[in-house]
Amino acid sequence: MDHKELTGHFLELIRRASTVVPPDVEKAIRQGIENEGEGTTAASTLTLLLENCDKASDASTPICQDTGALYFFIDYGPDYRQKQLREAIEEATAEATANYYLRPNAVDSVTGKNSGNNLGAGTPIIHFHERDEDGLRVRLMLKGGGSENVSLQYKLPDGRLKAGRDMDGVRKCVIDAIFQAQGKGCSPGVVGVGIGGNRDTSYSGAKEQLLRDLGDTNPDPELAKFEAQVLAEANSLGIGPMGLGGKTTVLGVKAGAMHRLPACFFVSTAYVCWAYRKAFMSVKGSEVSYD
Amino acid sequence: MIKLTLPTTPDEIRKLKAGDEVSITGVMVTARDAAHKYLVETEGEDVRDLLKGSMIYHCGPVVRKGDDGKYTFVAAGPTTSIREEPYEAAVIDKYEVRGVIGKGGMGGDTLAACGEHGSVYLSAIGGIATTLAQSVKEVLDVKKLEEFGVPEAFWVIRVENFPAVVTMDSHGVSLHDQIEKKSRETYDKLVK
Repeated sequence: MDHKELTGHFLELIRRASTVVPPDVEKAIRQGIENEGEGTTAASTLTLLLENCDKASDASTPICQDTGALYFFIDYGPDYRQKQLREAIEEATAEATANYYLRPNAVDSVTGKNSGNNLGAGTPIIHFHERDEDGLRVRLMLKGGGSENVSLQYKLPDGRLKAGRDMDGVRKCVIDAIFQAQGKGCSPGVVGVGIGGNRDTSYSGAKEQLLRDLGDTNPDPELAKFEAQVLAEANSLGIGPMGLGGKTTVLGVKAGAMHRLPACFFVSTAYVCWAYRKAFMSVKGSEVSYD
Repeated sequence: MIKLTLPTTPDEIRKLKAGDEVSITGVMVTARDAAHKYLVETEGEDVRDLLKGSMIYHCGPVVRKGDDGKYTFVAAGPTTSIREEPYEAAVIDKYEVRGVIGKGGMGGDTLAACGEHGSVYLSAIGGIATTLAQSVKEVLDVKKLEEFGVPEAFWVIRVENFPAVVTMDSHGVSLHDQIEKKSRETYDKLVK
């Protein structure tokens, strides 16, 4: 596939991520409306979220003005090279900004100057994974700053939470993070949890959990049980949509575990707002499909 | 739904109670992180007259520039307000701002300033950016665009029927505090 064509497909992937709500998120919000019951503020807030998604997809404008940081997770075969993919992504990102699918979101931390096209040191973020099969599998997530600010990292044991080095200790950390977030991360969000690893891998592991389908079940039975328990407990907090009360505080909890050093036990949460924007693309020869 | 027209007065604002749903029409100004720092550290000549009796909208919009040079809001939901807590009370006092619109609520200093000066904090729904952009009928001006960039500039906008809920009133009531307090009871059972 030539550079121009490849860039065009990345542009379309960004457009879809920014303007079309993923089906699993829409389904979870609909379930929330049912749980809250007719006539409640929470149900009417959730209904407005879906109305906004319809308007955004009709007009091809962003669901949320904070189009976030771009996270690309790319599995690539022997027919592609990282440098070629990075160039196409950078070009598509600048074009998506010029087309108003993205807000200019890259600010120089020293001078305060906005680059104007979402390109800059460390942005966009691209994780490459080599594979044997030809073609590409691209997973893109746009993650806004409000939800990034309420993501947290804990170190077990934690005296304040009386949380020890076990799964109950991990549970307390996640409940604490959701409680502290209240409505500030645009609840009802989804919480990715990274259990173990190091400072950096724990956080990025938590974030990668967010790429799972909201309706899936964790293949590890212990983690599946953990996810269901934390989801139910979080929704008993009464924080609700936008923190204004209700039964729908989070739409999902997704956890993954990594081996850790004997001295370290990190628990990281990656909170993503209800406007949980992700889009996937597969490329095989000249065939491209989006899902 | 209470209709509110800008500019307004402390007397009008004191009639509002936490929980009131309002529909705002008039001219307001967006301001977020860089803007708040600027408002506190300078005399804010660019926007001083515009802010008096008006409202600040915590928003970093996506803005289209037309071929004729005119700007239009494409996506414009609220940003998280608590980041401006170190500045907001001083801004309300210094610029006679009657309302602050954002999401997630603000802290004790802002609540006290609302009580002292006759101002309110209003919540807009986060993430409904296309919907809220449709309430922005006209972009009248922009200040500090070059220096602050698109999301952080002061956008002077004329809104019609902009929907928001009063969540911190001028009588010391904060719905955010109430929800947090209530959720803490459950939290304590789950964690402690």
